[in-house]
Order: sequence, then structure tokens, then C-alpha cells
Amino acid sequence: MAGFDKVVASYTEAMKGLEDGMTVLAGGFGLCGIPENLIAEIKKKGTKGLTVVSNNCGIDGFGLGILLEDKQIKKMVSSYVGENALFEKQLLNGELEVELTPQGTLAEKMRAGGAGIPAFYTATGVGTPVAEGKETKIFNGREYLMEEAIIGDFSIVKGWKADRYGNVVYRHTAQNFNPLVATAGKITVVEVEEIVEVGELDPTQIHTPGIYVDRVVLGTFEKRIEQRTVKPTK
Amino acid sequence: MALSREQIAQRVAQELQDGFYVNLGIGIPTLVANYVPDNMEVMLQSENGLLGMGEFPTEETIDADMINAGKQTVTAIKGASIFSSAESFAMIRGGHVDLTVLGAFEVDVNGNIASWMIPNKLVKGMGGAMDLVAGADNIIVTMTHASKTGESKLLSNCSLPLTGKGCIKKVLTDLAWLEIEEGAFILRERAPGVSVEEIIEKTQGKLIVPDHVPEMVFA
Repeated sequence: MAGFDKVVASYTEAMKGLEDGMTVLAGGFGLCGIPENLIAEIKKKGTKGLTVVSNNCGIDGFGLGILLEDKQIKKMVSSYVGENALFEKQLLNGELEVELTPQGTLAEKMRAGGAGIPAFYTATGVGTPVAEGKETKIFNGREYLMEEAIIGDFSIVKGWKADRYGNVVYRHTAQNFNPLVATAGKITVVEVEEIVEVGELDPTQIHTPGIYVDRVVLGTFEKRIEQRTVKPTK
Repeated sequence: MALSREQIAQRVAQELQDGFYVNLGIGIPTLVANYVPDNMEVMLQSENGLLGMGEFPTEETIDADMINAGKQTVTAIKGASIFSSAESFAMIRGGHVDLTVLGAFEVDVNGNIASWMIPNKLVKGMGGAMDLVAGADNIIVTMTHASKTGESKLLSNCSLPLTGKGCIKKVLTDLAWLEIEEGAFILRERAPGVSVEEIIEKTQGKLIVPDHVPEMVFA
């Protein structure tokens, strides 16, 4: 079946067409809701010179952190990084470039990219290092910065459930950047925990409609926890 | 005596109002959640996409897909909602959050705040702090009044790169509660047992001291 069937059989097929020097957008916040197997596939492929747009860069040995091991990332666009020693080392010796972007601006850049809006104005970052070199404009007496949209060559997304048409729902706060990333890729790949029959997902509850999605692949997930916090037992 | 971390959180909690949506930053601000009065409903917003953050889970209910902005595992309260990062920052930037509490390295008499970057030290990033200070009308900054070596953090001009410009009106330090108006700090309250003289000495920026500066009262 072709038509709207987005499901591919393997991770190799899922990441077909990824080339050196491309821009990859990745969903996730910390280690929550990261496309961990798609990242592992990029590691396996050995693709180099990547610009990766993601809120964070994983940790040593997990998530995007593993792409640092073979120096596959040339540049990170993130709001908060450096939870990993290798990242710090590569940044300090100039092997890695970082563009720090306020978290809300980063989210909006991808939302805008996916929505056909090339740039927008925000008060976030006015008067800070983020404003350097950016156009500003006054609206209603307040200064705003112009921020440009982001579009990726590849978007890698972690969903909970999808159907063959590529409709996706996310689980709890593993949603985060994923629906935005899904809209802003020239090729959008979603890995999920479960593929359900078309019609099984409630149309009113779908987070990412299939129109944004090119490929769906079924995976199994480790879902590592970064800060395991429990309440004291009484 | 200077306020403890818990007392700072307690004093901030006195600013809460029934029905407030509140964003608490990492560190001392997080402790404010422990002092919400019993007769009050407050909903906590976590910028990774959760409105209605609950307490930490148990070993049985812990879930890797349920975290807060500090990447800690949490729960959601009844009536919570979960959404994307763009939606989350639409709430923040759009001024829908009633109170934002966050830490800082420095603030100055013009309401500028520096909280994310120390030159020549590793910069990890601003996360959501720039969006929070730009979008919120009601912000309380919690910080120590002076550094360990005694240098004031309440300045005439921030020396570090800014997080936001002209956006801070309320500051709670371990010594004092201050408001920022028209290019000066105004001393509103002092920590129990802390003298006005000590606060004057530890405030580098212009400080206006009203005739009567009451001590903070804790329940």
C-alpha cells in the first residue's frame, strides 16, 4: 500500500536521504521525549557536519550526546546545553559551535518555519547578547527583536502512538518540542511506541496531523530519566 | 539575621493570590510551592509544557514521560493540561502567567536583570529565562543581597550580560524586600533583626529608605 501509508519497516529506511552538512531538528526536552533510536541511527550512519536544532544536547552516552563521540555535530542551536563533559570539551577547543537561543524563541522559530512565516517579532532578548546584529522595531511603544524561522532538512520526532497515515499523539510532557519539530522538516520522521489502526485515534485528540509526517517507524525505547526525583516515603 | 532559603520562599508565598497561575524558577523559587496556603488554589506552570504541576511521584508512579522544567520527575494535579513548548511560551510571552519567581546574579535600579552568563566561564544557556522576564508583568527576583565576598548584587548598572531590560520591579533578598521605581530601589521591608544600616551598606545602587521600614512577619 502506498497512498497515505507512512510506515517504514526499518530505521535505515527511516533515515534514508540524510546527508553530511544537513540541518536536523530534534524533539525532546532534556532526555524526555527524545527520538533516541533515530539519533542512534544517525550515529550508525556516521553522517557528519550536522547542524542540530534541539532544546538540549543530551548527556554523555545518551541522546544527542552520542553524536558528539565521532564529532558528527558541527553546530548546535539550543537554549540550554553542557550537561555533558564531551560537549564542554568540544566547545572549548573550537570543534563545536553553539548558537544559544531563548527557549520560547526556539519553539516559535520552528512553529513559524512549519507555518510558512519567515520571521516574527518578540520582546524576548531585547537589550541582551541575543539581540546583537538583529533588527528591532517599536510596536505600541515597546521594542521587539526580529527572529527568523527555522526549517530543517530532516526532522526527527518521538511520538507515543501513530497510525499509518502519520497522525501522531504524544504522551504526557514527552510532547514538548516534538509537534513543532514535526511541522518544520523538509522530511519528517516520527518514531513511536505503538502503531495503531487507521481510525483508532480520536481525530479531535491528534497532536500532529499526518500531513506533516513523511515516515513513521516503530521502536522500543529506553526512556532514560535525567533527574529521578521521588517524594520521601513516610 | 539574614533569611534562610525556606524563609525567602515563605515571604514570596505571601504574595500569592487565590487563582494565580505561577511559574517558579529552579532553586529557591521551587521551594515556594511548599508554602501555598491551604485555603488557596494556585496552579504551577512548568515551561516544558505543563500547567498544573503536582508533587514528586512515588517509586511506583514515577514516569520518564512526566518531568518539570528542571528535568525532575513530577506528577500532574487533577485539572492539569499538557501542551507543546510553543503553547507553553505563548502563555508566558503573552502575559497570561500571574506571577513569575526566578533567581538572578544581579539586578539594577533600572529593572535590568542578569542571571545567565558570566563571561569567561562556561555558558550553558538562558533556557526559558529571557522569555519569562520579557513576558511577565509580575516578577519577583529572589537572590542574596551581596556575594560571599560582600559585593553588592543590587547595582546602579548590571555588570554582567543581561537576561532582560527594564523588566524587574520586585526583589526579595536574604536581607530585604525592595521595589524598583524610577531609577531607585525602595526599601519596603527588612529581614527580622537586620538593620537598615546593613542594607544601605550592602546596596550599591541608589536606595530610597522610607521613614518606617517594617520587619518581615512570618506566620
